[in-house]
Amino acid sequence: MGLMKLITFPMDRSYSLTGPEAQKAVAAGLANADWYRTPVDRKRLKALMQRADGPALRDTALWLGLLGATGAAGIALWGSGWAVPVFLVYGVLYASAADSRWHECGHGTAFRTRWMNDVVYQIASFLMMRNPVVWRWSHARHHTDTIIVGRDPEISGMRPPQLIVIGLNFLGLVSVPQSFAALVRNALGRLAPDEADYVPDSERPKAVRAARIHMGIYGATLIACIAAGSILPAMLIGLPRFYGIWLLLVMGLPQHLGLAEDVLDHRLNSRTVHMNRVLRFVYWNMNYHMEHHMYPMVPYHRLPDLHEAVKHDCPPAARSLWAAWREIVPCVVRQLRDPHHFIRPQLPPGAGAPRYGPMGQAAE
Amino acid sequence: MAEIDACGLDEIDEEDLLRFDHGGHSYAIYRITGDEVYCTDGLCTHEQVHLEDGLVMEHVIECPRHNGRFDIRTGKALGAPVCIDLATYPARVVNGRVLVDLP
Ligand code: FES
Repeated sequence: MGLMKLITFPMDRSYSLTGPEAQKAVAAGLANADWYRTPVDRKRLKALMQRADGPALRDTALWLGLLGATGAAGIALWGSGWAVPVFLVYGVLYASAADSRWHECGHGTAFRTRWMNDVVYQIASFLMMRNPVVWRWSHARHHTDTIIVGRDPEISGMRPPQLIVIGLNFLGLVSVPQSFAALVRNALGRLAPDEADYVPDSERPKAVRAARIHMGIYGATLIACIAAGSILPAMLIGLPRFYGIWLLLVMGLPQHLGLAEDVLDHRLNSRTVHMNRVLRFVYWNMNYHMEHHMYPMVPYHRLPDLHEAVKHDCPPAARSLWAAWREIVPCVVRQLRDPHHFIRPQLPPGAGAPRYGPMGQAAE
Repeated sequence: MAEIDACGLDEIDEEDLLRFDHGGHSYAIYRITGDEVYCTDGLCTHEQVHLEDGLVMEHVIECPRHNGRFDIRTGKALGAPVCIDLATYPARVVNGRVLVDLP
């Protein structure tokens, strides 16, 4: 197998939002379509959607407290071997845990109080090296058109999968330079064509301002490094996005990897994975990913209950991360040879019919 | 404008809403507490998803698709991804019925 095969896409399919697949998706009725949702009684759903500040206040205090404590310990131990494990934990809290905070607060569901969602969203966006304005719109599109090729900007497992890129990204080696370049581009007042496809014109000044603030903080960190003659300031701000992101990929790639493209049913393109309490704290229950896509209004702390409410209609959840990856790895390896291969989850007897396409066209 | 008898007050739970279709148009009728009711257009201004499955929190309706929020009283869009306000219509309760003024 040639090396290039690991990093190239099939020539007949582009994941660009401005390429031919975008037009095809619209023509096929896959854009902004009506998705299957497991019916849940309105009263029960309303109870599940109720917001509270308590769980997220507790979890955020713990998260920021641990981040502060490990950061302080890292400074104190800098120069000794003990700094290594401390920074490993700091990095995971910085980069891997921030993703789910960015995500939940972006939906505005983590806290009941709006400004609390907004504050944590801004902090987490910075830690993830994401423009908070651009990524809010990107994620809205991901929810409208989940894994619809040519429409969804957040498809991480294209076909055939770029295994080298995915591997390098366990240390952020491709994603960090890309993210940083995107921030520089935004700070210079420009949006990439894909970004321009989903960010409305009226939001662009905000996107530019946010990118400039982020660049200002990175600039100050660089000055601190030069002044101190040490990379320690960057070990605390910026570099954790490299060395702390690996756990996010372990937990997050199974969300959709290996599953169907171009269907209108989250049971077929999203995966729920059971995880232990520590990982669920880091990931804020985003392991209940299929449920989240079906009902994005349910806050993270009620997703286990939503799982109970819909599981009779859904494929069985992966029993563990290990089980999920055991399913994924053979699939993506086969996709290198056969990009049309994907996993077809088994729906339980009596489940609602899978929705492969727009209503009235391709339901089976 | 014509005042239309849309539904009974007891058809809507407190802090909830009901879809109401009339004249080829779809609306949302909200009940906050008691007989405090409001009426807006039914479709979110972001991607035209119906708000009927949304969540009412005090005087805010949250859209079920991307959690965009509107002030139910004024229709004001409260932030991305909703940028365009929702049209509102006068609503009141008379003898346990919700009456709405629709164009
Ligand atoms: S469709 Fe309502 S917020 Fe997007």
